[in-house]
Formats: sequence, C-alpha cells, structure tokens
Amino acid sequence: MNTRRFFLRSSALAVAGFGAAPAWMQRAFAAEGTARKKVFVTIFQRGAADGLNIVVPFTEKRYYALRPTIAIPEPGKDAGALDLNGTFGLHPALRPLKDLYDQKLLAIVEATGSPDPTRSHFDAQDYMESGTPGVKSTRDGWLNRSLSPAGAASPVRAVSMGPRLPRTLRGANPAVALNSVKDFRVSDDSASMALQSMYAGSVDTELHGAGKDTFEAVKLLESLRKQNYAPGNGAQYPNGRLGANLMQIAQLIKADIGLEAAFADIGGWDHHTNETLQLNNLLREFGGAIGAFTQDLGDRMEEVVLVTMSEFGRTAHENGNRGTDHGHANSMFVVGGNIAGGSIYGKWPGLEKEQLYEGRDLAITTDYRHVVSELIAGHLGRGDTSGVFPGFRNAGQKLGLLS
Amino acid sequence: MTRMKCTLSVLIVAVSAMGLSGAAGVWDKKLSRDEKALHALNRLAFGPRPGDLERVRAMGVEKWVELQLNPERIRESDVLLAKLKPLDSLTMSNREMLAQYPPVQLIRAFSAARGKAANLNLTPEQKENLDRLSRQYRERRENKGKEDEAAQRKRPDLRGVLSSDQAAKLFRGTPEEKAEVFQQLSPEQRTKLLEAFPGAARGMREAPTGVRREILTTTAPQLVLTMDLLEQKLYRAIYSEKQLEEALVDFWFNHFNVYLNKGPVRHMALSYERDAIRPHVLGKFKDMLLATAQHPAMLFYLDNYQSVDPKALEEMGRRAKRAGIKIPARARGLNENYGRELLELHTLGVDGGYSQADVVAVARAFTGWTIRDTLSDPKFQFIDRVHDKGEKTVLGKKIAAGGGVEDGMKVIELVAHHPSTARFLSRKLAQRFVTDAPPQALVDRMAATFQKSGGDLREVMRTMLQSREFFSQGAYRAKVKSPFEMVVSAVRTSGADVNSAITLAQEIEKLGQPLYRKEEPTGYYDTAEEWVSTAGLLARMNFSLSLMDNKVRGVEVAADKLSDAEPAKLAEALLLSKPSAATQETLAKGLEGKSATPRLTAGLVLGSPDFQRR
Repeated sequence: MNTRRFFLRSSALAVAGFGAAPAWMQRAFAAEGTARKKVFVTIFQRGAADGLNIVVPFTEKRYYALRPTIAIPEPGKDAGALDLNGTFGLHPALRPLKDLYDQKLLAIVEATGSPDPTRSHFDAQDYMESGTPGVKSTRDGWLNRSLSPAGAASPVRAVSMGPRLPRTLRGANPAVALNSVKDFRVSDDSASMALQSMYAGSVDTELHGAGKDTFEAVKLLESLRKQNYAPGNGAQYPNGRLGANLMQIAQLIKADIGLEAAFADIGGWDHHTNETLQLNNLLREFGGAIGAFTQDLGDRMEEVVLVTMSEFGRTAHENGNRGTDHGHANSMFVVGGNIAGGSIYGKWPGLEKEQLYEGRDLAITTDYRHVVSELIAGHLGRGDTSGVFPGFRNAGQKLGLLS
Repeated sequence: MTRMKCTLSVLIVAVSAMGLSGAAGVWDKKLSRDEKALHALNRLAFGPRPGDLERVRAMGVEKWVELQLNPERIRESDVLLAKLKPLDSLTMSNREMLAQYPPVQLIRAFSAARGKAANLNLTPEQKENLDRLSRQYRERRENKGKEDEAAQRKRPDLRGVLSSDQAAKLFRGTPEEKAEVFQQLSPEQRTKLLEAFPGAARGMREAPTGVRREILTTTAPQLVLTMDLLEQKLYRAIYSEKQLEEALVDFWFNHFNVYLNKGPVRHMALSYERDAIRPHVLGKFKDMLLATAQHPAMLFYLDNYQSVDPKALEEMGRRAKRAGIKIPARARGLNENYGRELLELHTLGVDGGYSQADVVAVARAFTGWTIRDTLSDPKFQFIDRVHDKGEKTVLGKKIAAGGGVEDGMKVIELVAHHPSTARFLSRKLAQRFVTDAPPQALVDRMAATFQKSGGDLREVMRTMLQSREFFSQGAYRAKVKSPFEMVVSAVRTSGADVNSAITLAQEIEKLGQPLYRKEEPTGYYDTAEEWVSTAGLLARMNFSLSLMDNKVRGVEVAADKLSDAEPAKLAEALLLSKPSAATQETLAKGLEGKSATPRLTAGLVLGSPDFQRR
C-alpha cells in the first residue's frame, strides 16, 4: 500500500503564520462569485457495476448463453431492455436515462475503462481516480488537476459530497468535502471565530490547509444554508444519498458561487450473488437521481457535463451464485446540454471467447481517459490535458462527444 | 518547556508531517520523559484519562507497555464491567442471541410454521417472546391492505393503558420523562401503545441503555444486537484498562472487515468480533485467519458460503432429489470473492505476488466451506459433496486431488506464513501505531520477527513498541486521529460519564467513520488524508463544543472536571502538554461578544488542531 503525502499548497502561509499574530487571512474572492462557470460533475459507482446488464447487447446470442439466469431480456419481452438503437438497450430500471437519450442529452460510451489489468477494487478505484493507471506514486487526482490554476478562484470551486475527500479531488487546488449544505458551519459563532484563528495560525501544515479551506467555504455558503431549496421544473429526487447529493450540487450550481468540479459516489455495485434484484433497486436510484438532476437544472445543463464511471466491469459469464465476479471493461454515461447525445460511442469488441479479455471479460476498446480528457478539453476549455492525465497519449480519433 | 525547545519540536512535527523525514534524524531523536508517557498513552491507548499520565510515569513507561502486551495480567475496570452488565447479548451464543433478539426473517419463519420452525431449543420465556412477536407479525400482515385510510387513522383506545399525565409526558415530555413512562408500562401495554403510535418511541434510541433495551425488545428486537455491539465497543475503548487489546481489536476487525448491513451479518458481527478477532489479537496470526475464514459472518460477507464445485453440484442435485435434501437455490458454482480478498486484503497484499489463476485455485480450495442454519444457529460447516476435488496449484505449490476440508487449511497455512504476508501486515501495523509512512527498516525488523516467531503477533508488536523509531520525534504526534479515536479520546480526557454510547456512535459517523459499516472489504484506510477534510473538521469542532456543553445525550462532563478557570491551564489539563502557540494566543485573546466559560474553552481546545493528532 502506498502512502500519499499531503499537498503543500499552504506551506508558505504556514511559515508566515508561525510566530506572527494569528491573523487569519481572508481571500478576496467575494467579487469573483457572480460569474457563471462551466461545471464538471463526476459520479463514481463504487464496487464495479455490471456494465453488461446496464447497457445490454441484446442482439448478441453469446450474451444470453453466458448469462442464463441474470441476462436482461430483449426489448419487448417482460422486464426487457429499453431499446436504444436496435443493438443495445438500457436496463429497464433506467427509464429516466432512456428519456435523456431520446432528448439527445445522454451519450453512452461502450467497452471503456482503465487499461490496468488489476481486479482489485482498491487499486482499480485508486488508479481511476488518480488518472495514472499502474502508477501508485501519483499523489493527486485527475479531477483536482483538471481545475486550471487560478489565483482568485472560489473556495468552493471543487466540491465532493460526503464526509471524506475522495482521491480524485485531492491535490494542489483547494477542495471541499460537504456533508450537507444546511449543516456546513460551526454551531457557535464566537467559537467559530476562535477556531478559525487557531487553524489559521497553526504550523501543522495539513490541518492548517484544511482549516483554511473549511472556513472560507463556510463563509461563502452562509446565505445558502438558510435557503430552503426547492428543485426546479418539478424535479423529484429519489430517496437515498445520491439523490440528496445531486440535489445539493444543483443548488450550488444555481447559486453561482464559482463551482467548477463536483463529485458524488454511490456504492453497493459488487454483485457477486443474487444480482438481479439488487441491480434493479440500485439502478432505479441511480437513474432517478441523474434524471431529476437534469430536470432540476433545466437550461443550465448547457453549462454542465456529468460523467459516470466505475472501477471495472464484471465477468461476461455469470458465476455460480446468480451474480458476477470482477471483470474488465464497462460502460460510461455522459450527460449535458452540449453533449452530442442519443448515440453510443466506442467500438464493441464482442463476447466470443477469443474476443474477451483474458478469455473471460469484456475487452476495453476506449480508455476512460480518452473520454474524460475530451470532455475536459472541450467543456472546461483546457486545451492541453496532458497535465490532467500525465503519460496518457490519446492515440485514437476524437470521439466527438461534444456537439 | 522553554520557548526554544517548543519551537524546535514544532518544526520537527511540521517537517515529518510534510514527509520530508528522509532526514533519518527524526527517528534517532529521543522523546523527553513526559513526551514518552503521553506518546505511549496516545498510541497503545485511546489517549489519557485524568490521572493516567501520572500513573504511567510512576510505573515506568517500559513496564506499562509490557503490561499492555499481556492483557491477561490486567485487572479489568469495575466501571467498565458495570457498564457492560446490562448488555446481555455479549455473553450469548449465536443461537441464544437469535432466540432472544430475533430478526424479522426468523419471526417470519417461526410464524409461518406456527412455532415449529427452526430447530431451536427455546426457554419458555424465549418461546413466549417469539410467539408474541410472530402474533404481532401475523396481525400486521393480515391487516395490511384491508384497512382504508380512515380505519388507519382510527387509533385504538388508550384509556386504561395510559393515564392522562403519562400521555402528556410521553408525547410532549423530555426524553427522560418519556423513558420514565415507558418503564412504568408492562410489555403488553408498551406493545399496544407502540402499535397505535409508533412515533412514541422516537428519540428513545438515546435513552439510558437499560430503558432502551427494554423498549427495543418489545418493538424491534433485532436492533438490540446492533446497539449492544456499538455500545460495548465504545464502553471498552473508553473505560477498559486493557487499552492496547481494544486498539488491536479495532485494527484487526478493520483488517478482516465485514459489513454489518449485509443481511444476516447484522446478527453475526457480535460473535465475529468476540470469537474470531478478540481472542487472537496478541496470538498467532494463523489462528485469527482460520477463525475468520470459518466464521459465518465472513463466510456470508464474502459469499464463500455459496461457492461450490458446479460439477459436484449436478451430481449432488440428482442424489439430493432422491434423499429429499434441499440445496440452496442460489448455489450453482464457483464464487471468487473470498479467494481474492483473502490474498489481496487479508494476507499477501495486492503486490504480494499472486495471479488471477491463484485466485481461482484458492476459491476452488474453499468450495464447500459454508454456513449451517444461517437463520437460527449459524455455524461453520464443510460440505464435502460440493467441494472441488481436483488438483490445485496455489502460489506454485500443488494441492493434490482428492482432498476435502484440508485443501482450505493448506491454503491458510501457506498464506499465513508467507513472507509477503509478514511484510504486508508489519507495514500496516506500523502505519497504525507509528506513522503514515513508516520507515522501511522498522517494517523489515517486524517482518523478520513475524517470520521467526511463526506469525506471533505479540512478538511483532513487541518489536515495534520497543523500537527506537516508536519512541522518537519522527513518530511523536505524527498521526491524525481517526474519528473513532478522536471521539473516544475526547470523552476520556474530559473524564465524562457515559450512560448511553449510541449518541457517540452517531457522532463518529458524522465525523466520517460509521462503525461496523464500512461496506467495502478493504476496511478504512488509516492515513491522515483519509480523515482530514472540510466536513470532517467541522464535525470534529461541533462535536467538541457539544460534548463539553453536555449536549451529547447520554454523556455528561461534570463541572468539577473544568475547575481551571484559567484558559491556558484548562487547555494543558485536557491536552496533557503545552498548547501550540496559535491555540494559546487565541485562548488568551478571548472571544468576541461572548465570555469564554470553562465549557466553551474546553470545547475549543478539543476542536483545535492540537487535539486532532495523537
């Protein structure tokens, strides 16, 4: 296991603060807040989602042969897939995503993933989040690196929903972990000031940096905390953490406080047994949350790209327990107002024995970094993404995901 | 400490925190006598309680460390024993737990078979309990759908159950008043009441342990086991004299993680920690590995209970049909889940040198390792008929064809003593007890001890705790506390009295570490960047303020513990060392628009950067 170190973005301040009066510093971002920003939203499906039962290759006989009890039936049959293009169909619980596909707001990339052969959840998530498959020494994550270095950016330019900061948002740019907008404060105002001064003056680099990020974000979110947020356009988020989290991301986007990158995750995809029921429930939540988010933001989806990913796919064949084991390639969803949606991207490698990776898993034909770098370059306007994915050279053609 | 020395140590901490400790010097710099005692209490224990530092200094740090390595010689605290006494599930067998605190699935099965289900040896009281619960269950089911909305709104008449005074207290009273009313009612009255007004039990999870257990036993018995599990962990961490053992139980449970919310793991986790983890934390690693491999909680969590040889199953299916034996519907073939995590997470480590072929071979070796009576009396069982009898090659070693349960045993023997396992475990222990990036030389010495001693964990711990690196400036205050460590150490240093630990478990969850509910088999990663985040810091600050303000229900900090009116003295009493310059200056300056009461000052100290490290 590698130990990643902390980032030294605040070290200069720490030295300056040492021995001096505890004059905490307030950044002059207040005027910055009004500009609308392009936003990049990432959803991570932790546990390795079963891409083959999510985007179903229903014309492949081999698919049904490999999965005698868990395959999704063809469109038109009971609980059958939702036909997308005559070849692929969505899992029937993903009706909201089918609607987005029909409105050309959703694009799908098939047979994609991280090229490293590992089938370890931890290593694969780590690689996918760092953006350097196979390299363990990388300290920061690609989502953090995708933010252009800016002097006076908003303290909430990068937000992750949940109590811990995910690997992909760690790095030189400040990033905020947020449990809930409503509770994002110190319960006592005088105590808040005192704690702020303790952290601002601390020579403990790690805690100093995190404390600074915390109090700047608290200040900026103050007015939002008191807001009773009502989703737009009659959007109804499903129960569960993902829905609640995407709703708060929508709230942050609409507040125009400088959000550029947002992250949320949803666990529970590791279906080694009894997959059918579990996947159905999870996809209902997953699709419902993304559908509600898109509806809630309405026209503002023009400014948003949302992308989903999971550390690897699952075995092409079902295992002995009506589930699937750890595999390789997966599918990704890309949602946004400027997405060339209503299409399926990537090359389908096939499910015959000799077409499968190591004879058992769907092969990868599109590196996930290809997808993400194209979106970052086009949507966030980073012309050169070589710093976002060091060592990755995009050999293939542009996918053309952005219209 | 002089100002000079203070500056120096602060710089050293900063340097080591920045990971620039390549200057090997920090591992040679010794700790002062005071630092040494505090360091030992911060690492082997969950921080000092009032008086602990003096006790350890008086005994001598080395002697105290050796005593902690031999918990069987330590007399347990009477306070702890009294706190644990009401938690009767702690001493029950799996079968007794299930009979006394049955999950819904068991009640359903019992109900379906009108009491004849599930071969249980029930006492008359337990039978009565199950009878009552299954009657309730049937009534609820029969009424479901029949009632229209108006009928649902019509509540049964509670006159004769509650006096008007009791009703007033129950619906508008404080949690304490509510609890008092509940205690006055008979189980039947309580059941009636809760069926009519399920909301009446709201807020009762934080009631004193005894009251809460009684209420839950009549309403949601399966929750008693979860709550007992959480409470015993917190009570032991806070009050036990065997602190190192508790720290190690926390470490090894996390290493062999199971997820409480995965089906029946909920009612197996308590015995998993008690029977598979706790007895072995200072014993032989192989024994713990085997105990986890055969415990129903692990067999269920990583799916091995369903992993069978598909060919054997076909044959068995034919025979079973004739003999009338029921084969679990889902068991149809091999499941790799346990085989992979055994190698990656439990023993060799992900870089320990195994292949996908090894994963499959290990999974085949464990086919037939399953659970008997998951619902009523879960136990390990080996079913030879579904075991894969073929030859297997694991890590280059051949396991001959024709074997039975010993195939799995051979794998355990092989991986438990593998050099990769020695290195992987040594590094992980050093990461928890020394620093996030432990020096390789120390890890190597620990791994050598592991190999020499046949995986004796007490010896490995001793090598680490007696090392020069452990008591050096490189390790001192180098670790950021996990949420569990932060909350427990705050309660300990404040000398708080805990009468319900459930609220503390809820606080720990807000800080980012739901106990027994890490879904992934990796467990939590114990490094600073895992715990230092904006949301995590705010939760730490808010917890500190409410703890010291007695706003954490069930936990009380007496006023006399905060008698030091002088902020700097109070800070030193809580931190057991001089506060940092920034903390000191802030406290000296006072608060804007508010007087700093001792409670508020204490809250600030526990929320300060100083208290987040150990």
